[in-house]
Amino acid sequence: MNIQEMAQDIPAEGEHAIEGVDFITSGDQYLTFLLAQEQYAVDILCVEEIRSWEQPTKIPNAPSYIKGVINMRGIIVPIVDLRLKFSIGQASYLETTVVIVLTYQSEESTRTIGFVVDAVSDVLNVDNTDIKPAPAFGGCVGQQYIDGLINSEQKVVTILNVNHLQKVEKHSLHS
Amino acid sequence: MSIDLSQFIPSFLEESFEGLELMESGLLDLQRGDNETIHSIFRAAHSIKGGAGTFGFDNVTEFTHLVETLLDEMRDGRREVSSKDTEILLDSVDCMRLLIEAARDDEEYDQDKVEQTSKRLAETLGDEQTSADESRSKTDVEANNVCGYTINFIPEHSLAKTGNDPIFLFSALAELGQLTLSADTQDLPALKDIDAQELYLSWQLTLYTEADEAEIIEIFEWVEDECLLELVPIKAPSTTSANTSSTESPSSPSSTLTNNEQQTEPDSSQKSTQDIEQPPKAELVIDSTAEDNNITSKTKTKTKTKDKGKAEVGSIRVGVDKVDSLINLVGELVITQSMLSELGNDFEMEKVERLTSGLEQLLQNTKELQESVMRIRMLPISFAFNRFPRLVHDLAIKTGKEMELVIKGEQTELDKTVMEQIGDPLVHLVRNAADHGIELGDVRVANGKPRKGTISLDAYHQGGNIVIEINDDGAGINRETVLAKAVEKGLIEANAILTDSQVYDLLFEPGFSTAAEVTDISGRGVGMDVVKRNIQSLGGRIQVKSTLGKGSSFKVHLPLTLAILDGQLVKVGTETYIIPLIAIVESLQIDNKLINRVSGDMVLYRLRDDNVPILPIYQLFNLATECTEIDKALLVVVEADGQKIGLMVDDLLAQQQVVIKSLKDNYQQVAGISGATILGDGSVAMILDIPGIIHMALEQAQQAQRVKTDGNSSVTAEVCL
Repeated sequence: MNIQEMAQDIPAEGEHAIEGVDFITSGDQYLTFLLAQEQYAVDILCVEEIRSWEQPTKIPNAPSYIKGVINMRGIIVPIVDLRLKFSIGQASYLETTVVIVLTYQSEESTRTIGFVVDAVSDVLNVDNTDIKPAPAFGGCVGQQYIDGLINSEQKVVTILNVNHLQKVEKHSLHS
Repeated sequence: MSIDLSQFIPSFLEESFEGLELMESGLLDLQRGDNETIHSIFRAAHSIKGGAGTFGFDNVTEFTHLVETLLDEMRDGRREVSSKDTEILLDSVDCMRLLIEAARDDEEYDQDKVEQTSKRLAETLGDEQTSADESRSKTDVEANNVCGYTINFIPEHSLAKTGNDPIFLFSALAELGQLTLSADTQDLPALKDIDAQELYLSWQLTLYTEADEAEIIEIFEWVEDECLLELVPIKAPSTTSANTSSTESPSSPSSTLTNNEQQTEPDSSQKSTQDIEQPPKAELVIDSTAEDNNITSKTKTKTKTKDKGKAEVGSIRVGVDKVDSLINLVGELVITQSMLSELGNDFEMEKVERLTSGLEQLLQNTKELQESVMRIRMLPISFAFNRFPRLVHDLAIKTGKEMELVIKGEQTELDKTVMEQIGDPLVHLVRNAADHGIELGDVRVANGKPRKGTISLDAYHQGGNIVIEINDDGAGINRETVLAKAVEKGLIEANAILTDSQVYDLLFEPGFSTAAEVTDISGRGVGMDVVKRNIQSLGGRIQVKSTLGKGSSFKVHLPLTLAILDGQLVKVGTETYIIPLIAIVESLQIDNKLINRVSGDMVLYRLRDDNVPILPIYQLFNLATECTEIDKALLVVVEADGQKIGLMVDDLLAQQQVVIKSLKDNYQQVAGISGATILGDGSVAMILDIPGIIHMALEQAQQAQRVKTDGNSSVTAEVCL
């Protein structure tokens, strides 16, 4: 097989090929995951790694949604349970429970924090124009965490703002 | 010359500060009289002047020039080294530092001080020099009428080897004006004797320009140490005489003679910087300059090795040997790694022995690697010590006491961060020793002690710690005075019985001073508490010993490094915590009979004479644990800020060295926790921050009290209603 033939097998931009697997396309890519039955997404460039749940070391007097810290190749990484933070569903730790480790580089620092979610589902290609603002009605997820909504087939996926997710609220000792 | 010089400014500054330090320590040694010292001081001043000129720090150049002239006279033996001159020179060093710092930060400096010092310098230099200066300034004025210069440029034969090409100089000159030049070929040897790398020519140039002398000199800046340069203004006959007059001082026939003996070597280069021309035989000068250059470069290397470690915050100079050993270790590590992966390719049970030995080797390599990486951060403590000779010298003058400083163990190595933070506390302790410790000469003699007091600084390793001792043979600490003062301040009860160490601990109370009168050196009672706090924040401690009439001794114990600490692993519920070993007084099994409950809720444990409050960690950190019964638990007695406290833990585990990792990077500071570490099994364990925990416990107790009193008051309010 010569190179030209091989090149023809690579789908062109925007083309969806081979059993529903998306190849690199225009627009941004998002990693979607589940909290209870709801779909959420984060910018895939922020994803450091996806790991299975392991019991972290507790941080004394931390709020309940901060599960503790783990050792990720020598780096101390705090673990936040998103289900507890947003009060969505049950915080149970099963075999499918995963931790998405996100790294966000802001001007002054780089933070790496792991988030516990129920399951990782898909990678989504989204044109920026397809992102719609979220209606400002209630819900347990604060507005500042939401970048927008995307329609994906029958469902709505909420895009979360990684920068805001990573802001750790100061907690005092005597909580 | 279109090189961007500004990129070299940081290294110039760094070298200048090194030079200043060298000058300072040289000047302090000068009293002992030693030609080599004067030479090294002179060379340091000279290179600062040269560098400052290159980078256009004119005020530094001007000032340093005066200093250099004075040093030059001392060097030639035309001036006796007197303590008065040394003082002036020391002050000048301060001024130079001020000027260079001002140049670095681009800020204003204290002009009065600099002017005063330069006036004193000029006075010391005497009339002869002043007149020369005047004529020099006259030259500057007259230079305005000058329409050009005749330049005699006699390079050394080795000039080309330094990468300088006269052609570039000439084309740079040609940019200033109309240039004619004629080459002098008389030194040119016969063709068969020519060494192609030598430069045998010299030139006479005539330049008609409006540029002033300084601009021309600047062009020759890079080669001025390797050539003879003579600048004669054209059409201004009077200036020629002025030039000669300024030359006159160093050009007596005797100095020409000594040119042979390499001593006066910087002379010629210095002169060319000053545009002072001296017409000795060219050959003679060239020889001596060549030798001089050698010497200068040699001293430079010497200075560098001696002061390696001196660096701006953020950078570190590391000895090549340390880097080499690191590279060797990495090499070994790679070999071990490839051996292990080879082994893993098709592993069979009979190879298990080789695997174990391979893993052992890997362990060894990692340990060594860790040690040598840590060593890179280690600097000899001389870095912190080298400011003390000057300090003691100044203090001796200020207090009118005679004293000397003895420094031992300057090569003891210490972590850079620790070093940076220990400097100020040490200064404080030395200052105290000089001011409160050492008595006046007469008093000392009357007490049968040598007239001259001794302060000694000693650094050495002890276990995993470094110990710095500050000793003086002065009056010692008067226990009774301290006690009286403490009672007066209400720190202790009038009839309290204290051990010696408890008495000395009072010295570290804020605002405590026993000095009868406040001097500008010390005695205000500010500081000792800061000293103690600084040392404690480094994870160290300080001990005081004193014998009345014999002297006092302050021992500062510091951890070698801040990145690794010795810890005691303890278990609380399911969690493992690490208590820094340095904070632990003792660990014990709780004896039920010694537990006392007082004032309602407080649980005290009788530890010999002390009553230590018991603090259950599970309560403090809100943990679930089975071990809530005090009598089943173990007690780890820790101490911080002079407060002992008993931490209740479920179990004691191993003691081991742990690498401290910050929680702040990805999370935030947590009260009661100073950091985290990774244990052998890969899990994370928290390191307890003992002073923080004690603080937390106090706060909690106060809060509880407040709640209680609030409750009481509301009850009374109801009653009133």
